[in-house]
Amino acid sequence: MQILQLLVSGVAQGCIYGLIALGFVLIYKATETVSFAQGELMMLGAFCALALLTVLGFPFWIAVPSTIAAMGLFGLLVERAVIRPILGQPAFSIVMLTIGVSYVARGVVTMIPNLGTDTHMLPVPYNDAIARAGGLVIDIEQMVVIGVTAALCLALFALFRYTKIGIAMQASSQNQLAAYYMGIPVQRLNGLVWALAAAVAAIAGILLAPITFVHANMGLIGLKAFPAAVVGGFGSLPGAIVGGLVIGVVEAMAGFFLPEGFKDIAAYVVVLIMLMVMPNGLFGEKLRKKV
Amino acid sequence: MSHDVLLSAQDLSVRFGGVLAVNKVSFEVRRGEVFTLIGPNGAGKTTVFNLISRIYTPTGGRITYDGRDLTAEPPHAVAALGIARTFQNIELFEHATVLQNLLIGRHTHRGTGLLDDLLFTPKARREAIAAREKVEQVIDFLDLQHHRDTMIAGLPYGVRKVVELARALASEPKLLLLDEPSSGLNVEETEDMVFWIDDIRREYGITVLMVEHDMSLVSKVSDRVLAMNQGEVLALGSPAEVQAHPGVIEAYLGSSDDLSSLRRSA
Amino acid sequence: MRFLFKTDYDQDIRLARHGGHVFWYSALMVLLVLSPWLLDEYMLAQLTMVLIYSVVGVGLMLLAGFTGQFSLGHAAFLGVGAYTQAVMTNAGIPFPVALVAAAALSAVVGVVVGLPALRVKGIYLGIATLAFGFIVEEVFARWESVTGGNAGLHVKAPAIFDWKLETATEFYFLCLAVTVLCTLAVLNLLRSPTGRAFVAIRDSEISAQSMGIHLARYKTLSFAISAAMAGLGGALYAHMIKFLSPDQFNIIQSIDLLLMVVIGGLGSVHGAFLGAIFLISMPQLISQVKDFLPAFIGQAPGLKAVIYGLVLIAFVLFEPLGIYGRWLKIRTWFSIFPFYRKGMFKRQKSFQKSDRLR
Repeated sequence: MQILQLLVSGVAQGCIYGLIALGFVLIYKATETVSFAQGELMMLGAFCALALLTVLGFPFWIAVPSTIAAMGLFGLLVERAVIRPILGQPAFSIVMLTIGVSYVARGVVTMIPNLGTDTHMLPVPYNDAIARAGGLVIDIEQMVVIGVTAALCLALFALFRYTKIGIAMQASSQNQLAAYYMGIPVQRLNGLVWALAAAVAAIAGILLAPITFVHANMGLIGLKAFPAAVVGGFGSLPGAIVGGLVIGVVEAMAGFFLPEGFKDIAAYVVVLIMLMVMPNGLFGEKLRKKV
Repeated sequence: MSHDVLLSAQDLSVRFGGVLAVNKVSFEVRRGEVFTLIGPNGAGKTTVFNLISRIYTPTGGRITYDGRDLTAEPPHAVAALGIARTFQNIELFEHATVLQNLLIGRHTHRGTGLLDDLLFTPKARREAIAAREKVEQVIDFLDLQHHRDTMIAGLPYGVRKVVELARALASEPKLLLLDEPSSGLNVEETEDMVFWIDDIRREYGITVLMVEHDMSLVSKVSDRVLAMNQGEVLALGSPAEVQAHPGVIEAYLGSSDDLSSLRRSA
Repeated sequence: MRFLFKTDYDQDIRLARHGGHVFWYSALMVLLVLSPWLLDEYMLAQLTMVLIYSVVGVGLMLLAGFTGQFSLGHAAFLGVGAYTQAVMTNAGIPFPVALVAAAALSAVVGVVVGLPALRVKGIYLGIATLAFGFIVEEVFARWESVTGGNAGLHVKAPAIFDWKLETATEFYFLCLAVTVLCTLAVLNLLRSPTGRAFVAIRDSEISAQSMGIHLARYKTLSFAISAAMAGLGGALYAHMIKFLSPDQFNIIQSIDLLLMVVIGGLGSVHGAFLGAIFLISMPQLISQVKDFLPAFIGQAPGLKAVIYGLVLIAFVLFEPLGIYGRWLKIRTWFSIFPFYRKGMFKRQKSFQKSDRLR
């Protein structure tokens, strides 16, 4: 029974990791750049929702879409202002840039008086709700996380499979120059990808907030999403989610069965094992330069 | 009539996923000759090179070089055996100067160990000067003097091609693999390339295995030609023989049926 | 404009290429040697910290800037060196022995951390090193019998049995000696076949292999040397701050180290020094500037993060060659005046083509 409980909470945590990893992988697939800012975007999303719900008093069903839209816009702005000018520079520089963005995001949030420096509760309709099913205590907050993640995955799958935009994104990620020649508005698409990634991060933030509360250091969870992306295979969207689930479950189990401290590093041990055994991840693509 | 064989490929095959890129290709390269691989794009010529350089591992067949089996050697061992290559799409070290690129080409001739390098012992200094003297000979041969201290990133395409060749020569190879040495070069540059390849063979006694599309270059410089198509050997012989081979003509231009139907509809 | 008329190969091989080099670097050395008498206690301590971070920076520059290997968990090596030195010094072992042990142990850890580099590249390697960073930090926290865990560890002054290095001046000279030796070692490496092999690996691995460079051996070597230097820096760091705790070697410290090499100028030894100066002087600058800003910005806890972030973004956007790059541009402007053209240092823009095969 307790194992099942652990499993569920591991899966729920894993969904969060998976969602953040999804954001990285989206950006990586489109522009082959790695963004270390996803965790902070998630944190900003949570704070945005918090502000809309508590400070401005919006009802939940308006605050959530507004947050997602606002963060999408923010992602677009970040891409336009900061990422676009440096495309073409080595990957290392771009990573440092996104680290800079994450520092600024975290710093600015902690500057906001009261809101930034404390830990807050996000008032969602299902706060602390519990259901019971045959002796099992089901935490509704966790269920919502799992459910929304699944729905989001389906939506994204449909986007990439069946819409022109999705196919265009894939094209531009594989050969930018050719995509330009085909009339694909590559730069606008890149902006869209960042907007999408930021929106996904915002959703992750809203989902995570009831569980961990809203505070400025929420974004550090984003670092654990990297192992998730690597386990799944960096170029693979379903891989990101699966990787997240693997990390989440392993972490939950480690926290229960292993001595203290192992839970924090479980994700990192998993990723090292993965890199040794299957460097391309579970669903990854083989990286090979053609000469 | 026995010829001194330097490199021999026997039933060489490689498969990538479902694609059989090279299918039972066999040929011999004799010491001191210029041997050219020709064929339409996608024929597998560069793949053969990559197999010899051990960047890919063959799924079938063997490669023998100077009497030893090359098939299982790791990629970095190939240079020490005296095989140097150039790359089709230029794989120079972008953020280094021409001189540094050539010096790196001499890596297999290094005489110093880590400690000598860290402490810059007199031995390190002697080795550095010796390497520099050798590299300067190559620079003189290929007229790269005024590009010596320029970063690769600042050089035009034609010069980069020459630097690729220089870097390969700097390693004092016995066998030189040239992958499309004249691609992207203009008429004058191509003529220079013809002279250089000829000089390489005659003055330095280096055996050259070349992939080339420019038929005039091939005719002027090659001793023997191997035509490939779709991963298989099509014809082998002197340049004139191979270029007249009906199979080769068909591979490049399509069959005579296609030609005549084109003429009819025109 | 300076025209160098070269008459022998030594001129290209030497570290100091011409009279100007010799003059300025000698002057710098003289100043550094006289610093304890020219600077007050506080500034000397700052300078000592700059030297310590420079040692680490030069090592990281070798790994990231010259060999092109991502290292996102470099603070781990700093920590291994620091704790090794602390434990050995506290046990009475003479400090030269401890220093060598710190460097050696860090090098071993460096080889282990570098193992993924043999199989994966780029961001995968970055994540592997990140993972190692977290794991090592946790080890510091859990291995309480040796490291004192989260409660921390006091570090005694460096000593050879009864002779102690207790004054700031004595310690400064130790740091200066270590810095000079490490810098010379790296400069020597860079003009040798080993250093060229590192650069080759950074620019084109396939090409490097075709030149006969054993990728695994050189990548491991680069990690080992880089870690050893970080370990040396860490050992000196331990004596400097006298109290160690695991959270001094966390991801923030690793990012600070990367910040240092990126802002200093990736790919140049000067960059490590300039970056170290930047890193050590930033907190002072921020404190000065704080008072001029409105209260809600100046006193906010997030100010440091915002400023660091903005500076990093600014450098990557506008000066990717770092402080050293900017210095080179200024010097070139003056030296070839009035022929300086805006595009002289411009990177070639490239369209992104995926290296991924499906």
